[in-house]
Amino acid sequence: MLITIKLFASFRDGRFKVATREVADGATVADVLRSLEIDEPEVGMMFVRARHVDVDRVLAAGETLSVFPLVGGG
Amino acid sequence: MHKIYRVNMTDLSVKIEPVPEAWAGLGGRALTSTIVAAEVPPTAHALGPNNKLVFAPGLLSGTAASNAGRFSCGAKSPLTGGIKESSAGGTASRIIARLGIKAIVIEGQPAGDTWYSLVVSKDGVEIRPETETLGMGTFAVVEKVNERLGEDFAVITLGPAGEHLMAISNISVKDPESKIRSFGRGGLGGVMGSKKIKFIAVDPTGGAALKLADPAKFKAANLTFTKTLNDHPVSGQGLKKYGTAVLVNVINEAGGLPTKNFTSGQCENHDAFSGETMYDNIVARGGEPSHGCSIGCQIQCSQVYNDKDGKYLTSGFEYETIWALGADGLITDLDVIAEIDNVFDDLGVDSIETPVMFAVAMEAGLLPWGDGKRMLQILREDIAKATPLGRLLGGGTGHVGRAFGLTRIPVVKNQAIPAYDPRPIKGIGVTYATTTQGADHTAGYAIATNILNVGGKVDPLKNEGQVELSRNLQIATAAVDSTGLCLFIAFPALDIPECLGSVVDMLNARYGLSLTGDDVVALGKHVLKVEHAFNLAAGLGPETDRLPEFFELEPLAPHDVTWDMDQKELATFWNF
Repeated sequence: MLITIKLFASFRDGRFKVATREVADGATVADVLRSLEIDEPEVGMMFVRARHVDVDRVLAAGETLSVFPLVGGG
Repeated sequence: MHKIYRVNMTDLSVKIEPVPEAWAGLGGRALTSTIVAAEVPPTAHALGPNNKLVFAPGLLSGTAASNAGRFSCGAKSPLTGGIKESSAGGTASRIIARLGIKAIVIEGQPAGDTWYSLVVSKDGVEIRPETETLGMGTFAVVEKVNERLGEDFAVITLGPAGEHLMAISNISVKDPESKIRSFGRGGLGGVMGSKKIKFIAVDPTGGAALKLADPAKFKAANLTFTKTLNDHPVSGQGLKKYGTAVLVNVINEAGGLPTKNFTSGQCENHDAFSGETMYDNIVARGGEPSHGCSIGCQIQCSQVYNDKDGKYLTSGFEYETIWALGADGLITDLDVIAEIDNVFDDLGVDSIETPVMFAVAMEAGLLPWGDGKRMLQILREDIAKATPLGRLLGGGTGHVGRAFGLTRIPVVKNQAIPAYDPRPIKGIGVTYATTTQGADHTAGYAIATNILNVGGKVDPLKNEGQVELSRNLQIATAAVDSTGLCLFIAFPALDIPECLGSVVDMLNARYGLSLTGDDVVALGKHVLKVEHAFNLAAGLGPETDRLPEFFELEPLAPHDVTWDMDQKELATFWNF
């Protein structure tokens, strides 16, 4: 199935801003992170459908996963 | 810091007073709010002779502590009608602390039309008639004062908006590179203008290293403190590289980025004005991605942003300003946003209140959505010169919304709501509703725990736990605001236990005390209660601790949620 991945801040370095990728049916967020060579402890926040998700979240076809390192401001 | 300078603008007299014992353990916000609450009648007109303008460095200002360069300014606010403490960086806090001055209290009001400047030194304050800088923008004032008096003088000044007593006006403070930092919120420029003071210059001559009760312990605690700032990914890396504007994309993805005057939670063109785009532009154009607002800053969230030709456009380019112009007002060209930010600084207007007001004016049809050029024209020709249109807009977001008969007016206690929509991020809604300051994200930054996963996690879309979260953050913030430390130390403080402990150790080593973490919490509670009592007596009762009704009536995409916090639950905020 196809999903869209959006990367932000330092995760864009050497990768991409936004890309559509083929993943196996039933793929989790952890599977996607592994394919991107992003270690889980580096991750600050992840969103699907504007909701926080964790690494166990199973992705559905057509969904968009947004991945941020630990950042903040205010 | 052993003396209070008291300047009476009615009879143009100055007194140097010893610090009363009750104020000895206070600094920054704790001191400005205590003095305002003790000496300003809550029913006083904010622009009248009974209001007082108080400046105070924090408890750790002037020492070698990292990030201790913040400076507090307090008064009754002309915008909210309640007590106000605003915080700024710049060079003044450190210089004033090292002159041994604990606070400067400016009271009264001159009768005539003469404007004045104040020259503060180790010996006192000289009140001088001022003409040359009247009407000048803040950058020109800083240049002129440094030329006239000396490069190393601190400068605290009004732009034209403060001279015109506008509710959107701020007070500007010279930074280490002779640019501008601001006491932004609450219209404090109008209070200084009502006392006919264009600028305050501070002569650093005679300033000395502050005496520490236990220098070795202080040094060790500062090393630990600095390590926690460097070790935390937000304060140690993220803010240095992307500045606070990294939040544009975060809050957009979370569905809480108020767009087109709070009618959507996501903005289509968000990446055009994101922190990532800002960083790329800065690097490509020879600007500086990392830059401090004051001496001793380790976090370096500021930056110098140049135009396409490599010429300076602005610095201290903050998320909330970029959000308000980019998403709320749909001006999506980051270079135009930067130019407007610089004009805000030059005119001396709050870069949150002003652009939120403009988005309301856009909804009213006064100028087209996204029209940055027209906004610049209005700023330069109407607000700077106080034409009738300029005065209408200079009254702020609530003023403009009421003038045009709108119902979607994003204010609490008449102060503009900043860059996080309270419908899908409910913790920040509690802060907006309950803080003594009027809508202010910094008063209890629930975004940390609702969105950023700092200090634990509380689901942003549920009401449960939000009052407690906001209360704990507001108490901690009131304490941090009293130390002179930058509020961004909260990121490591929420996650690394040694951080807050090292702050307590520094306070103890500085003053020879034996405070515990509980004492610091007690100070925060005390500050909030003093401010709350002032507000109640000023007429800002529980009925003003609420969000505007449109948040209850209009669901926000993409979460399709309204603000539905029970008002009785909100009122439990003050149960401490």
